[in-house]
Amino acid sequence: MITTRRAFIAGTAATAALAAPMLARAASGAVVVIGAGFGGATAARHLKKLDPNVEVVLVEREASIVTCPFSNAVLGGSETMPGITRSLDALKSAGIRIVRGEASGIDPQARSVRLADGSRPAYDRLVVSPGIDLNFAGVRGYSEAAAERMPHAWKAGAQTVLLRRQLEAMPDGGTFIVAPPANPFRCPPGPYERVSMVASYFKANKPRSKILVLDAKDAFPKQGLFQAAWQAEFPGMITWVAGKDGGKVESVDPAAMTVKCGFGTQKGDVVNIIPPQRAGAIVHAAGLTTDSGWCPVDPMTFASTRAANIYVVGDASIAGAMPKSGSSANAQAKAAAAAVLASLAGRPAPSPALINICYSLVTPDYGISVTDVYQVSKGKGITPTPNAGGLSVRAPTDLGERKLEAAYARGWYKNISADTWG
Amino acid sequence: MRALRVIVPPLAVLGATLFAAPAALAQDGPSGQAMVQTCYVCHGPDGRSAGPVPALMRGQKEFVVRQMLDFKADRRPATIMNRVAKGYSDEQIAAIADYLASLK
Ligand SMILES: Cc1cc2nc3c(=O)[nH]c(=O)nc-3n(C[C@H](O)[C@H](O)[C@H](O)COP(=O)(O)OP(=O)(O)OC[C@H]3O[C@@H](n4cnc5c(N)ncnc54)[C@H](O)[C@@H]3O)c2cc1C
Ligand code: HEC
Repeated sequence: MITTRRAFIAGTAATAALAAPMLARAASGAVVVIGAGFGGATAARHLKKLDPNVEVVLVEREASIVTCPFSNAVLGGSETMPGITRSLDALKSAGIRIVRGEASGIDPQARSVRLADGSRPAYDRLVVSPGIDLNFAGVRGYSEAAAERMPHAWKAGAQTVLLRRQLEAMPDGGTFIVAPPANPFRCPPGPYERVSMVASYFKANKPRSKILVLDAKDAFPKQGLFQAAWQAEFPGMITWVAGKDGGKVESVDPAAMTVKCGFGTQKGDVVNIIPPQRAGAIVHAAGLTTDSGWCPVDPMTFASTRAANIYVVGDASIAGAMPKSGSSANAQAKAAAAAVLASLAGRPAPSPALINICYSLVTPDYGISVTDVYQVSKGKGITPTPNAGGLSVRAPTDLGERKLEAAYARGWYKNISADTWG
Repeated sequence: MRALRVIVPPLAVLGATLFAAPAALAQDGPSGQAMVQTCYVCHGPDGRSAGPVPALMRGQKEFVVRQMLDFKADRRPATIMNRVAKGYSDEQIAAIADYLASLK
């Protein structure tokens, strides 16, 4: 019976390579998805929604997902870890087969994924959304071990808890150093939201404390809105040093808790190093990246331009003007899911619809946003629609934009979570 | 005849959506269905928001078209929908509203 087909084959490479394509072709299609974060979970759900007959196997190393969105609010004390933890149970109920484990390799010839436990699920199409890896070597003196003293907290979880504990233990009057990397990286406005959330916490609990932002860049997203808000809400607390003024961190000394840059050697009581990043390890081994460390894709379909039958979405992909965000990953995953099904059915891929929305909280009651609706073409790639999208108003009106946007940011979180994980 | 009339509107909607697809492809733009999927990050899956972002009014084409056009022209004050609505042509707004109207 067709419904008892198995795309998931435990056993030797030889068995899998021989048996997999045959079994897969008997079905309306078998899709393996690597990563159950924003991109992967959305792709899996959307595939099932558009075609309940497609077989979807979702591979994820973690038991549940701790989201980076709202992890800055955890650092500021207005959100909790359980509040940003998403279960994978609803994906199971949607008929998606969840395989807990590490994908250690991809075999594009055999069309199978190698899992750490030796099993090899086979695919007709593969969707990869592994998120980022941190390039610790990108900052001299920094390492995974150093991150226990100077957390990055750029993958939410234990690092978020560690940084929050350090902030709680810091005496009033202390200095918190934040060092954001050069572009491109996950969540370009994220470091500045983090600065804001920690400033809110300091203002209420440790008002004599200072925040020093040592930046590799000369500008950042929503800069005017952030800086106006910092001046109004936290006067004198935050100093931002641009790369051109010596902000780029050259090296760190975790034992001494110092950071060296053109701006001098700075000592912090709590130091948050956000190192440069690249796509998650699995895509490098599979040869899906360029020298940039990210994956080139067809902007219409998110199909890898490096290997057939493989699609890359989310932070790992090179997606034109789209920033690396959970919102981008969600939209890309839907476009990829539609393209995968079209390709399985031998139809041309439908035109993708892509948007991004990034809300940032400055205080728990003060929200700002940037959004874009994109145009997509083979020639120009993904570009923002002219005269649309953009930033929150500079001067709020009677509508009370800042407070409303803080509430809508929470609404967005609830709704994108439900849309992604069910 | 009367009974038939009652059945006609949903079929007509379905027909419109189906016939709209090749036209949308010819202009090389996304379908109403594809565009509406992107609204869900803010408005919730199938537009069923958990709040406080308003739920999407399904089955009400005129309402959706009017709101989108008002947002687009800055006639209706908004925190973000005016920036979103400006990303769509009037034809795309009609396609979005058609698809939303087809959802039960
Ligand atoms: C502080 C901070 C705040 C942010 N705030 C926002 C925000 O407000 N809005 C927004 O839109 N975005 C925000 N982001 C960005 C957002 O978190 C990412 O862009 C988003 O998670 C990208 O989705 P993804 O699917 O590419 O990766 P992820 O969501 O990281 O998912 C990747 C998943 O793949 C798994 N995985 C990776 N490799 C393997 C493997 N080999 N085998 C098995 N499993 C594997 C990982 O465990 C992970 O669960 C923020 C980021 C940070 C750091
Ligand atoms: C960035 C989040 C976001 C996205 C994306 C978004 N909306 Fe909205 N929408 C809102 C918010 C917030 C409101 C309330 C008005 C405001 O402040 O902008 C709203 C209001 C609306 C309303 C008015 C609802 C009512 O009952 O009065 C309609 C209709 C609407 N949106 C349609 C859409 C459609 C269609 C899309 C996709 C093409 C979409 N929205 C995408 C956030 C969003």
